[in-house]
Amino acid sequence: MAVDMSTEEHQPPGISDRAAVARTATKNTLAEPPECRPLDVEVLRKDFPLLSQVVNGHPVVYLDSAASGLQPRAVLAAMDRYYETTHANVHRGVYATAEEATHLYEGARARVGRFIGARDPGREIVFTKNATEALNLVAQSWGRRNLARGDVVVLTEMEHHSNLVPWLALAEERDLELRYIPVDGQGRLDLSTLDRLLDGARVLAVSAMSNVLGTINPVQELAAAAHDNGAIVIADGAQSVPHTPVDVGLLGADFLAFSAHKLYGPTGIGVLWGRAELLEDMPPFLCGGGMILDVRLDRFVPAEPPARFEAGTPPIAEAVGFAAAIDYLSGIGMERVRAHERALTADALEAIEESLGADCRIFGPPAGNDRGGVISLAYRDVHPHDVAQVLDQFGICVRPGHHCAKPLMRKLGVPATARASIGVYNDLGDIEALIGALKEVGRLFG
Amino acid sequence: MWTAPANPVTAVSWGSAVADLEELYREIILDHYRSPRNRGELPVPPAHRVEGFNPLCGDEVVVTMLVDDGVLTDIKIAGSGCSISQSSASLMSAAVKGKPVEEVEALVRTFKGMMSIHEATLGEPPGTDDERSRAAASAPEAAASGPDGAEAEEGAEAPDPALGDLSTLGELAALQGVVKFPVRIKCATLSWNALAQGLRELEAAHG
Ligand SMILES: Cc1ncc(COP(=O)(O)O)c(C=O)c1O
Repeated sequence: MAVDMSTEEHQPPGISDRAAVARTATKNTLAEPPECRPLDVEVLRKDFPLLSQVVNGHPVVYLDSAASGLQPRAVLAAMDRYYETTHANVHRGVYATAEEATHLYEGARARVGRFIGARDPGREIVFTKNATEALNLVAQSWGRRNLARGDVVVLTEMEHHSNLVPWLALAEERDLELRYIPVDGQGRLDLSTLDRLLDGARVLAVSAMSNVLGTINPVQELAAAAHDNGAIVIADGAQSVPHTPVDVGLLGADFLAFSAHKLYGPTGIGVLWGRAELLEDMPPFLCGGGMILDVRLDRFVPAEPPARFEAGTPPIAEAVGFAAAIDYLSGIGMERVRAHERALTADALEAIEESLGADCRIFGPPAGNDRGGVISLAYRDVHPHDVAQVLDQFGICVRPGHHCAKPLMRKLGVPATARASIGVYNDLGDIEALIGALKEVGRLFG
Repeated sequence: MWTAPANPVTAVSWGSAVADLEELYREIILDHYRSPRNRGELPVPPAHRVEGFNPLCGDEVVVTMLVDDGVLTDIKIAGSGCSISQSSASLMSAAVKGKPVEEVEALVRTFKGMMSIHEATLGEPPGTDDERSRAAASAPEAAASGPDGAEAEEGAEAPDPALGDLSTLGELAALQGVVKFPVRIKCATLSWNALAQGLRELEAAHG
């Protein structure tokens, strides 16, 4: 792949000197975000090669960042350069490139840690395959060590299967009691019975932002309540970390899981951040090379975290690409990312409502500080699969389906939704294309 | 604040996209989707009941069937899903009701043949539609084993090119447009797989 590596990296992406545009306030009660310089999406889009693709004769309109983000050239360049100049297995190599590979891999850990405000990345950041593996790690390792028959795990009705099924599986094995914080009519968590639900709980596992409703959950408040009850708190940050500023020092959770590929990085690598003292007490999850201190024929001594949880050759090139993605986002600034997406979400919700009215039902809370850029919709009674098919014909990438949240679909009373989700590179033009194509759905299905 | 754009959506090759869609969503398909035939469930027993799921998109179909003396005397369809899965089920029910089981089985083979020619190419690198159908046509055996276990298991009775006479399909031929949209093939075949499974189960039970 021929990539120009000279420009992107030293120039913060998408910076525009236009004056800040004050966005109108919403009805939400959370604090207003600080005012930021708006993103220059036109400039920023040029960083993403996939956006110049043509799909079914139309320039691609990518509205599926909740499933996976696109990669800026800087990420691809960093991975290319790694394979071209530095590739070697990490740890224990003595020759120069092996040492450099280790340096890059551990450097990525440090940058990822800093990005989320981890105090001690070298002890708190575990690289996994993805968010799903990170969440399984907690359930299997912490859960198996600490939970027994009758113990209570509290989840929410809006969890992604990745933060639900590991607990269902463990509940079956250990005879645990699972309780669920309900979702209210607006797509927010109904906290009216929180005290009762948390009473006696050992674990609270909650999505920081819903991948179906866009709801940004009050993790801080939930974590405080859970801690008061002696429970540990696991936050699923798969959606929140790429789209909102996250600082684990403020979040209050004990574990945070997320994936690089939703953060404009490569597939194949994710993160489990955990409090060092909890990670230290956890048994290994996967076993093999790289995670031991000593092995004899009758026993082994596991390494300290994070190595304890990183069995086998890790995703080194992916870590390098991940770090480049983090640098890219940091170059923009997460406050600006959030301000852009918050404003675009508000504009999109308004535009859809104004153009399509009652034909289009949108799930999730109204625009506001607790609303991320995930827009799940139903168009009349047309099945989401058909909606997405029509949109695809116009080059518009949205996702139909249950979005790995079947219990939530049941709660919403639909088999599936069509989901448009935004990223840093989207603008109102993308939403207008979506609306235009939705009208075509209406025409076809009459 | 959002204000309506002066010129909403600039259309780029809007027309060809619409033409392709109209081929997929033919009037007869939309008609069966809006007014599905043989809707409901027959009482079990005496009817036999089979469920089909498409985990990819959550389509569900429930086929209840009554076989009497080698004839599929009644069939009803329940469940929910996209226009393709629902209309395919409705078209199927209309086509097979009252037919001898042997004829139904032949129809299932023909229908699945129409779909599986393309199913067999799903794992291949993308080419033009033409390339793909040529490749599939020159390797009819390959078409018999689909990507998953269920398809493979049916491989033994799946497309015999000699049976692939699409003219026997009647209205069902309207679903031909689906093969241009490979991800939708599973939607179209969902109810057919359920029907085939039901007939196999009945045969196994009654010898
Ligand atoms: C909220 C949420 N949690 C977990 C996941 C799982 O992420 P991954 O598939 O990268 O493991 C996703 C993404 O699908 C998600 O949206």
